Amino acid sequence: MSETLSARRAPLVLGIETSCDETGIGIVRGTELLANTVASSMEEHVRFGGVIPEIAARAHLEAFLPTLREALETAGIELHEVDAIAVTSGPGLSGALMVGLSAAKGLALAADKPLYGVNHLVAHVGVGLLEPHANSHGDSHGNPSGHRAEGPDAEPDAEPEPEPGGMRRLPENTGALLVSGGHTEILRVGSLTSDVELLGSTIDDAAGEAFDKTARLLGLGYPGGPAIDAAAVAGDPHAFRFPRGLTMPKFEGSAQTPGKHRHNWSFSGLKTAVARAVEQFEVAGRPVPVADIAASFQEAVVDVITAKAVRASREHGITTLMLGGGVAANKRLRELLTQRCAEADIELRIPPVSLCTDNGAMVAALGAQLVAAGVTPSSLQIPADSSQPVQRISV
Amino acid sequence: MRNYHGGVILAIDSSAGASVAVLDADGVRAQWRTAETTTHAEVLAEAVALTMRDAEATGAGLRGVVVGVGPGPFTGLRVGLALAQSLAEVWGVALYGVCSLDSLAQRAVNQPADSGTSTSHEFLVASDARRREVYWARYRAEPQGFAELLEGPRVSAASELPELPVVGVGASLYPQDLAARGTAESHWLPDAVELGQLAQRRLGQIPEPQRRGEPAATAVGAGLLEPLPLYLRESDAKVPAHMRAKQTS
Repeated sequence: MSETLSARRAPLVLGIETSCDETGIGIVRGTELLANTVASSMEEHVRFGGVIPEIAARAHLEAFLPTLREALETAGIELHEVDAIAVTSGPGLSGALMVGLSAAKGLALAADKPLYGVNHLVAHVGVGLLEPHANSHGDSHGNPSGHRAEGPDAEPDAEPEPEPGGMRRLPENTGALLVSGGHTEILRVGSLTSDVELLGSTIDDAAGEAFDKTARLLGLGYPGGPAIDAAAVAGDPHAFRFPRGLTMPKFEGSAQTPGKHRHNWSFSGLKTAVARAVEQFEVAGRPVPVADIAASFQEAVVDVITAKAVRASREHGITTLMLGGGVAANKRLRELLTQRCAEADIELRIPPVSLCTDNGAMVAALGAQLVAAGVTPSSLQIPADSSQPVQRISV
Repeated sequence: MRNYHGGVILAIDSSAGASVAVLDADGVRAQWRTAETTTHAEVLAEAVALTMRDAEATGAGLRGVVVGVGPGPFTGLRVGLALAQSLAEVWGVALYGVCSLDSLAQRAVNQPADSGTSTSHEFLVASDARRREVYWARYRAEPQGFAELLEGPRVSAASELPELPVVGVGASLYPQDLAARGTAESHWLPDAVELGQLAQRRLGQIPEPQRRGEPAATAVGAGLLEPLPLYLRESDAKVPAHMRAKQTS
């Protein structure tokens, strides 16, 4: 089957993402990325030291049409050409989700296109299927050359398998590690369109939140991820031994009799430990060793995330692990995860950062899979579901 | 509407309950409404589809889409605006905003009070702004039978409003502070039918349709607003103490 023919058959899908502070609109044809346009309200949240839902929702409404127009222009298509509209229906901030959902319903209704309300977390996995557009449109946000941690693309077996109709699918036994300001989850993905299972997640703060809160404690500013990453470079990651949450035997159990929190994380105790360490220096009137604390904190987070993710993967037969979420930009996380996956003989795939952070292309990518799989579209009456479970891939 | 001689209009309001209407020069072709305040994201798009079908209207054949821009609770308000802007964008028709309180003011003029009209012909519209406040505006019944906006819209405690007869749910929420014009009027919610009629009148005063969702200055001058929410309040967010300290230092 020629590339052109298969590409022509693949569904053209527009994806909309507004679950947090990024207004993202992406367009894909099957697994080919045509546009990935993102407007972020992050700057407006900086002075608050965290995302303010009402500010995010206001920004989505303002940014929606300009972002839509730019995405269509980048892809060189008209809305009437698309086969379907996909939109994040959850999980996320309700008020923010509702802007994208209502806008998506308007597009679907006006253009008479099927609507797919999709799961934000599963969309983060779907992005792993995207391939660069044959003649790239020079989209600054969408540099499609993915980082493949297990060396160059020499191994043809590692490529996603093409299916009839030109759609690629995930390799068998795929897992996904999602680490962001709102999420810390490990998923087993039997099928992107019909079989996703949550293996573990944080029971309190998301990892990105822990970075934000610790950066605040250390006076490093917001967002905390890049700030800690930078400060840690000059620090000793072993200067302090900060706790790795939920690693005690009573929580973890064994592979045969797993404890309740074997594959779960907790970062609230870590945050408290950092606060105590800072306090000790302040009380003693000594300068706070910011770089050492940042490096040791980062090491604690990254150590426990990667250790638990790799163990969960091994115990569930996962042989390909995808990394997603904004914290995927963290250098130490990439480094340690690469090392530990290699040791466990797990192939690690890390999409480019622009596709790891929240974006519309991932929603479009999942939408295209749903269309190709013949999944029934959503009704115009679907709600925003702020706590949509991963099993609900589309609503 | 005597002045209006062209085109079908789709009107949407989600500033309190939610409502949809399709109107033409002969009147209302189809309408839908709910008093529910927490289901806009679920029901409004389907309601537009049904109302358009009932009215036998096509999107591309519309003169424009009219949307209530509030004031009203933010989340629900945005649902209507996000929907309306997508519809107008895809259909390639103009999108106009109308203050949602104007709907109640027009109803007050269309349905004069049973007993003793106010000598000044002035009155207030007050709706629920939650947090012990009302959204309100002051109007006058002008001789041609339309409500003229004199002041507002604003948001404040009911006790701070001018002493005039009040229509809208604000009157039933704060009877100790506000003098309701009548019992029925104290339960009125904004409605797309009146917003559509007001837009027809205002569009009748300007020449050709403005396309592509960008009302020209003439449309804005004629009492049509940009299709942007009238929040009237900042977001609740307070800059945390540790961030304030840093920003002032």
